Amino acid sequence: MARALINVPPKAKRGEIIEIKALIQHEMETGFRVGTNGNMIPRDIITDFICKYNGEEIFRADLHPAISANPFFSFFTTATESGTITFEWVGDNGFAVAESATITVE
Amino acid sequence: MTRATAIILVALTAGASAIAAEIPLAERKSGYDFMGPDSRAMQDDDTANPGMFWVLDGEALWKRKAGAAEKSCADCHGDAASSMGGVAARYPAFDAARGRPVDLEQRINICRADQQKATPFSVESKELLALTAFIGRQSRGMPIEPASDDRIKPFLDAGRELFNRRQGQLNLSCAQCHDDNWGQKLAGAPIPQGHANGYPIYRLEWQTLGSLQRRLRNCLVGMRAESYPLGASEYVDLELYLMWRARGMKVETPAVRP
Amino acid sequence: MTQHADHLHATRRRFLTDAAALAGGLGLGLSLTLRPATATPATMQAALKKVVGEAPLQKGKVKLDVPPLVENGNVVPVTVSVDSPMTPSDYVKAIHLFNEKNPQPNVIGAHLGPRAGRATISTRIRLADTQNLTAVAELSDGSFWTDSVQVIVTLAACVESL
Repeated sequence: MARALINVPPKAKRGEIIEIKALIQHEMETGFRVGTNGNMIPRDIITDFICKYNGEEIFRADLHPAISANPFFSFFTTATESGTITFEWVGDNGFAVAESATITVE
Repeated sequence: MTRATAIILVALTAGASAIAAEIPLAERKSGYDFMGPDSRAMQDDDTANPGMFWVLDGEALWKRKAGAAEKSCADCHGDAASSMGGVAARYPAFDAARGRPVDLEQRINICRADQQKATPFSVESKELLALTAFIGRQSRGMPIEPASDDRIKPFLDAGRELFNRRQGQLNLSCAQCHDDNWGQKLAGAPIPQGHANGYPIYRLEWQTLGSLQRRLRNCLVGMRAESYPLGASEYVDLELYLMWRARGMKVETPAVRP
Repeated sequence: MTQHADHLHATRRRFLTDAAALAGGLGLGLSLTLRPATATPATMQAALKKVVGEAPLQKGKVKLDVPPLVENGNVVPVTVSVDSPMTPSDYVKAIHLFNEKNPQPNVIGAHLGPRAGRATISTRIRLADTQNLTAVAELSDGSFWTDSVQVIVTLAACVESL
């Protein structure tokens, strides 16, 4: 299964703007490379990345082959309440990985 | 190409025969110092360094029972964080049974075959890279301490000779770029000193983790020299010399490099 | 005399070929021989139009942060920041990134909202050649803002073989 590394601060103050980082293991085969047999290697990329905070979407990205292998994202959100931040990566060939992290907001 | 690059190439290929001077110990810089701030940030943050995926895979492999002996690395070596600290920093190490130094990858495969009674991992395989990265990670921040006893000396000399030997169609030696012209630019990219202190590395060019031997093969191809066969002892002799050359510098595994 | 001159010419030609080969062979990938159709400034404009429609594309508010000379075209760190109060009535809806010379013009479309607090995103992208990179921000009031950077790529996005 593809590994993912998440960086969410475990604690934050209510209203604080926090940085979230996410890294997922994926080759992001562009579909534009030619293989050793002379044929184009078919595209195999992550196409969508969705981040939700207690069920509400706070960040979403549509990805294209121009995103490097092992896609990395950093973005911000406001720490509104304690709960769970979920991460979902969806892509070609049925690729689907989900991760989550908890945050305590005081 | 710029005039500066052309001048360097003329000097290198026109047969200037000055013997390469070793970099004074105090002037040594890691490849880290030649990278921009973004690449350095990638290496420093364990949650942003893709090399860590292999370290995590290695951690899982460390605990997995394997082979006819049904043993895991952990069964003999316990917790890697304590038992493997400093190990990668002193490899390649002399193997008495084989009468020559072996690198960490070979050492892992020797254990697999002799202790676990399992088939050795193939060169540059996912598993071997993962275990090497995991074990190397346990030495991160520690100074490189190559072996210094007499048994190692002939192999160290062989490595030094390889490093200084002109090779390939361009008649270039490693030393000419990495001892004599480090810090200058080649096609817009700075030439680093070529220390092997962060292997296996996540190389941006490969977009994956790879071994020192893979990087050396890339260099040899670039020099228009014939690569030594996979797993050849020349690579280990060269690595021995490179680690001696980097003695005292800190291990950075898994490093990020362009 | 003529023989000597010919030899000199041959040597210089060989040196120049070797020099190019050296640069090309050190895994520097300065040119791709087998390459599918690439995007052009025209296809980038078409991709931009799909997002922006007929609305004017205004310069300002957006800052595209990318190294002017990248270390390797395979992994180019990019940060886009948009100057916005990020309140429920005035926020950044989306940030799009476009390129000129990769095989196709889209890079990423990031969707934000007022909860973001700060309209800044970072990622790592592939660039196949020296080219213009364009960021477009879509604001909650329907306006579009842009910033563009010329990025020099010497080590192009192509995977080196073993």
